[in-house]
Amino acid sequence: MTEKPTMIAFQDVHKYYGDYHALRGITAMIRAGEFFSLLGPSGCGKTTLLRTIAGFEGISSGAVMIDGKNMEGVPPNKRPTNMVFQSYAIFPHLTVAENVGFGLRRAGLSKPDLAARVAEALGMVGLTGFGDRAAHALSGGQRQRVALARALILKPKVLLLDEPLSALDKKMREQMQVELIRLQRQVGITFILVTHDQEEALVMSDRIAVMFEGEIAQLADPETLYRRPNSRRVAGFIGTMNFLPAKILSETGGKIEVEAQGFGALTLEADQAPGTVSGDGTAVGFRPETLTILFEGQAATDRESMAIIEEVVYFGDMTYYDVRLDGTDSLTRISMRNVFGRPVLEIGVRTRVSWSAGALVLFR
Amino acid sequence: MMKGGWFKVYAIGYLVFLYAPIIILPMFAFNDATIIAFPLSGFSTRWFEQMLTQPALGIAVKNSLTIAIISSILATTLGVFAARASTRFRFPGKTGIMGLIMLPLVLPEIIVAVSLLVVLLGIGINLSIWTVVLGHVLISVPFAIAILSSAFQSLDQSLEEAAYDLGESPASTFRLIILPLVMPGIISSLLISFTISLDEFIIAFFLAGTEPTLPVYIFSQFRFPQAVPVIMALGTVLVSLSIILLTIAEYFRRRGIAKSGRKDTGGFL
Repeated sequence: MTEKPTMIAFQDVHKYYGDYHALRGITAMIRAGEFFSLLGPSGCGKTTLLRTIAGFEGISSGAVMIDGKNMEGVPPNKRPTNMVFQSYAIFPHLTVAENVGFGLRRAGLSKPDLAARVAEALGMVGLTGFGDRAAHALSGGQRQRVALARALILKPKVLLLDEPLSALDKKMREQMQVELIRLQRQVGITFILVTHDQEEALVMSDRIAVMFEGEIAQLADPETLYRRPNSRRVAGFIGTMNFLPAKILSETGGKIEVEAQGFGALTLEADQAPGTVSGDGTAVGFRPETLTILFEGQAATDRESMAIIEEVVYFGDMTYYDVRLDGTDSLTRISMRNVFGRPVLEIGVRTRVSWSAGALVLFR
Repeated sequence: MMKGGWFKVYAIGYLVFLYAPIIILPMFAFNDATIIAFPLSGFSTRWFEQMLTQPALGIAVKNSLTIAIISSILATTLGVFAARASTRFRFPGKTGIMGLIMLPLVLPEIIVAVSLLVVLLGIGINLSIWTVVLGHVLISVPFAIAILSSAFQSLDQSLEEAAYDLGESPASTFRLIILPLVMPGIISSLLISFTISLDEFIIAFFLAGTEPTLPVYIFSQFRFPQAVPVIMALGTVLVSLSIILLTIAEYFRRRGIAKSGRKDTGGFL
């Protein structure tokens, strides 16, 4: 898994639009056959970076390599990449089959061969029999599939997806996420997805690059990104994270002694502090599900604190409690799975909370 | 309800003012009398027959059609370049340049005609149907640009990028994707420029020299009372032709919009 060859390499890529510095020194590599996501808020440069791979955007300095070749001066029609556009860009004056077969016009295939390739591509995306439909008579989900088939029929080395699911409703989106993962495993092509939806990125990707303001803030697999974010910003963008101010007491031999508000003195492992110094102040962070509200008679698995419930948000399968841990200034969110026979607690109730020092992340 | 009532009166009055003279045309074209006056004396098609036997009229029609066809093709071609440039590229002074191109739309035609005449005579070019073509291209181009800009503007840029991405060159992308999608706009622009040229009088009057166009010929015939019913017949044919052409132009414009599932903004009908 880790020894796959490099498909795409960014080498200190900078991009300026006039005075605006859109990409600020991107250096990263994407492996062959990987499902890779570029995740970030709008305006962070993720789409620009994707378009530099496709060749729609030139770069101001640095290099973009695809499969070992520098892509400088290579136009989009000569690159081994194909793109699925946010608007799908289905040619409205052509039929579904003509759309899907568009890229093979120049391949010089015979009519039956072309028809077979188109049918195969349509089958791959679950649109068998749709070939004769007019493109403008399709639903959003169907357009999406046509766009996928049209790009995949050319068997590119890299498939680029520019927020392909953002125009679909929630149900359709979740269905397409699963289908895209299945498709990627089936064809084995490198997929690069641009998205602002952190959940989508976590579900689909082998690795994710989180981008802010033209820079990659962290590049890691979904679990590392979620469990060990390297900055408060990444932690806040991916899921929810609680922060409590902390002070580093000593740092010796892979152990860090920390004094955290509400939690008291703690000993953390070195890998619990994955980030570098950010200047945002030292804090410990933890996910809402790493804390547990203890009910009568339940014993804490590791450490235990007292808290007052200040807000209750009921989600059906889950309940979110915003509690104030004793000795803290801010509210802490705890998420609890609703289990049969366990009541939802009310605001103002004083309760015991179980937590573990191993689940904390140190930011400094 | 009083307010609605007055609006109705206004609307009906407006329509009568607009269309009554046009209805007069066929009425007297088919009337069996030389004098244009009520009461109508009887049905006849002899003015149409007479119309077909006048050689000068035939030459004027030929001149007009030649000028209209050439100038509409030229205006539309220039319009495609300008519309493409203005919708896809950013360049310094764009607003000013586009404003200057669109200016003939509001410039009095008489000014355009007189200044063109002065310049053409000044540089020693003989007046012919080509000088009229020149003038007509000048006044049709803004209309062509207006129609074609709307066609190019509503074209999703990612369609072009998709074709480029799928291996086509910029030139073949233009031919395979852009051209078919803006074709309704091009046809519509051709028809509108054609109609403008066919109807145009002032520039043709100043620049035609010894080769009059149809409107110029019609004007010259009004000096002879016996020729007036023939002109009425001719007018009837021209009005029908104009209405048919405009309808076709609008049909293509709307079909183009429906085809790419866009929202209808603007248009002439």
